[in-house]
Amino acid sequence: MHDTVLAVDRIAKRYGDVVALDGMTFDVRAGELFGFVGSNGAGKTTTMRIVLGVLAADAGEVRWRGRPITLADRRRIGYLPEERGLYPRMRVLDHLVYLGELHGMGTNAAIGAAERWISRIGLRAHRDDRVQQLSLGNQQRVQLAAALVHAPEALVLDEPFSGLDPVAVDVLAAVLRERAEAGVPVIFSSHQLDLVERLCDRVGIVRSGRMVACGTVDELRAGGSARLTVTAPQAPPGWADGLPGVRVLGTEGPRTLLELADGADDQSVLRAALATGPVQEFSRHRPSLTELFRDAVTAETRAA
Amino acid sequence: MSEPEPGSGRTVLLVARREFRTRVRSRSFAIGTGLIVVLLAGLVLMQSLLFGRSEHTTVGLAGQATALAAPLRSTAHTLGRDVDVQEVTGPAAGVEAVRSGRLDALVTGAPDALRVTVKDQLDGTVRAALVSIVQQQVLDAQFAEVGLDPKQVSQNVAAAGIRVTALEPADPQRGQRLALGFVTAFVLYFSLVFFGSAVAQGVVEEKSSRVVEVLLATVRPWQLLAGKVLGLGAVGLLQLLVIGAAGVGLATATHALPVPGAALGALGAGVLWYLLGYFLYATVFAAAGSLVSRQEDVQGVLTPIILVIAVAFVVGVNLLLRDPADPASTVLSLLPPFAPVLMPGRIAAGVAPAWQVLLAVLLALAAIAALTWLGGRIYAGAVLRTGARVRLRDALR
Ligand SMILES: Nc1ncnc2c1ncn2[C@@H]1O[C@H](COP(=O)(O)OP(=O)(O)OP(=O)(O)O)[C@@H](O)[C@H]1O
Ligand SMILES: [Mg+2]
Repeated sequence: MHDTVLAVDRIAKRYGDVVALDGMTFDVRAGELFGFVGSNGAGKTTTMRIVLGVLAADAGEVRWRGRPITLADRRRIGYLPEERGLYPRMRVLDHLVYLGELHGMGTNAAIGAAERWISRIGLRAHRDDRVQQLSLGNQQRVQLAAALVHAPEALVLDEPFSGLDPVAVDVLAAVLRERAEAGVPVIFSSHQLDLVERLCDRVGIVRSGRMVACGTVDELRAGGSARLTVTAPQAPPGWADGLPGVRVLGTEGPRTLLELADGADDQSVLRAALATGPVQEFSRHRPSLTELFRDAVTAETRAA
Repeated sequence: MSEPEPGSGRTVLLVARREFRTRVRSRSFAIGTGLIVVLLAGLVLMQSLLFGRSEHTTVGLAGQATALAAPLRSTAHTLGRDVDVQEVTGPAAGVEAVRSGRLDALVTGAPDALRVTVKDQLDGTVRAALVSIVQQQVLDAQFAEVGLDPKQVSQNVAAAGIRVTALEPADPQRGQRLALGFVTAFVLYFSLVFFGSAVAQGVVEEKSSRVVEVLLATVRPWQLLAGKVLGLGAVGLLQLLVIGAAGVGLATATHALPVPGAALGALGAGVLWYLLGYFLYATVFAAAGSLVSRQEDVQGVLTPIILVIAVAFVVGVNLLLRDPADPASTVLSLLPPFAPVLMPGRIAAGVAPAWQVLLAVLLALAAIAALTWLGGRIYAGAVLRTGARVRLRDALR
């Protein structure tokens, strides 16, 4: 299944001298959860705002099902902006109905959908409260419901999990999975990488306004190299230096983290470790998303 | 498929409906409307007291009429009016005294054929007193003759009257019309400032709460602006009609206005000029509001606009009260920034010829088109920029 719904094609954006986006390119396909990660200021929010048309790109194009995106298409997207905002004095239900109608729903359909999402997202008790009376986390839930109420054909969510309690995180994760299974492409940014790794079909890592890595977590790992963790209490510092195809990533007490180049022999590492004394732990694993992300970010500092 | 705008009209209507409902249900709307009605009632009441009766009257008598001093005083007294009677040396001196305002009326001539000279109009009570005196005189004279036909007598009595000469005849409803003009100008001034500010505050509320980003992901800036302007304008219109109906009702009930049509006419002109003025200023207010992101900064950008409307009101009312036909107030009332407050005032005062009204309307329409275009551009350029106050130049880029 490769029907691309939303394509971001070589988008560029500057703020004065600051280059916010520099040839940002990726696409999101029907039914997939796409995680959008990158350090602060990398350009995630800027990209999303350009997709929704609240910001104009300097160059490049956003496409919806293969053609340049229009306002009518954007009305079919559910958007959660980074800076949350609702009418503070409007009541929760009224607000959701209003946003549903603005997105083109009939009044009755909007009321029905608003009631459903209020229940689903755990706001039943606050249905008739004014938005400003709610706690921050509950306002965030209303904002999520606002992005979902009009049965969008795509979801663009900027840090949807920030500020939610663990129960709400689970509810939202389930909602996003369910939407994706219904064929809706979901793109969301997050700094909670374990969550992204657990939830997303594909991940894009952004650095300085460009996509530096994009694919399934497995594909990203394939690019990265295998890692070894060795615990050898009597090993002197620098015991692993000079082993062919091995790079020392760091040490924590008796523990050493090593990166193996392609084709390097892990058994020779084990022999070298045993030569120093007892070995209490020897494990080979693939890098987590957090590690892949760190690599990308270190590449950034090395490049700079 | 290239559908142009998905239901633009519906979108604008949805936005307008939200604005209307939110505002009409708010406490400030009820309080504001009530306050103006009370204020208006006070004005009407004051007016009916002021114009209903003037304090007391000084009448000068010359020639044969000097004989009337005692009967005039007593007749007027029974009619509930204190009349000071003075003898004047001659008709010429008397006329001079009337012209300068020392005398309210000069009475000359034979007691059965009195001539009264006044500046603009003769007080009703004094008139009644004089007429009854004249009739009494005629009756007495008739009785003195013998063998008269009673029918002839009553005819002669009925025919007896006074001749009134006004030195500077004036529209008898001048005072009332001026007051009506003043009230109309005041209500319009208030409405424009109040609902113009409401537009600006609404824009800032959407910016400061950041809801504007969610809205503009699905609605075009001009749709949001149009909806807000129309919705709040409708609230203003509703309020104006409530106030107007209350005003006309009060004026009719207290007979403050001898011409009931005048109030209705003023209301019609008021509504027309409210709409013109509101649409003239609304986008200017909205553009000003879109430049700032915090409620605290609104006052700063609105002050210059409110000042223009206030100047129109204060200067206009002063000119109007001094002389509504004054060329300065005529010129000002044609200029779009001042016309919405001044022109309806002049219309209510009954001094605006049709061609001037038409010219002012045309100029206002042209200004509305220009300002809506400019204000819409500024708004669209500034509404998504949060943080520091947006400079006009940046908004227009
Ligand atoms: N309004 C603005 N004016 C000037 N520079 C801006 C503006 N908005 C963003 N930038 C700059 O653009 C770059 C990208 O910012 P963006 O908000 O897209 O990052 P982000 O990936 O969302 O970061 P975060 O994880 O902190 O939310 C940053 O260097 C930022 O300083
Ligand atoms: Mg961001």
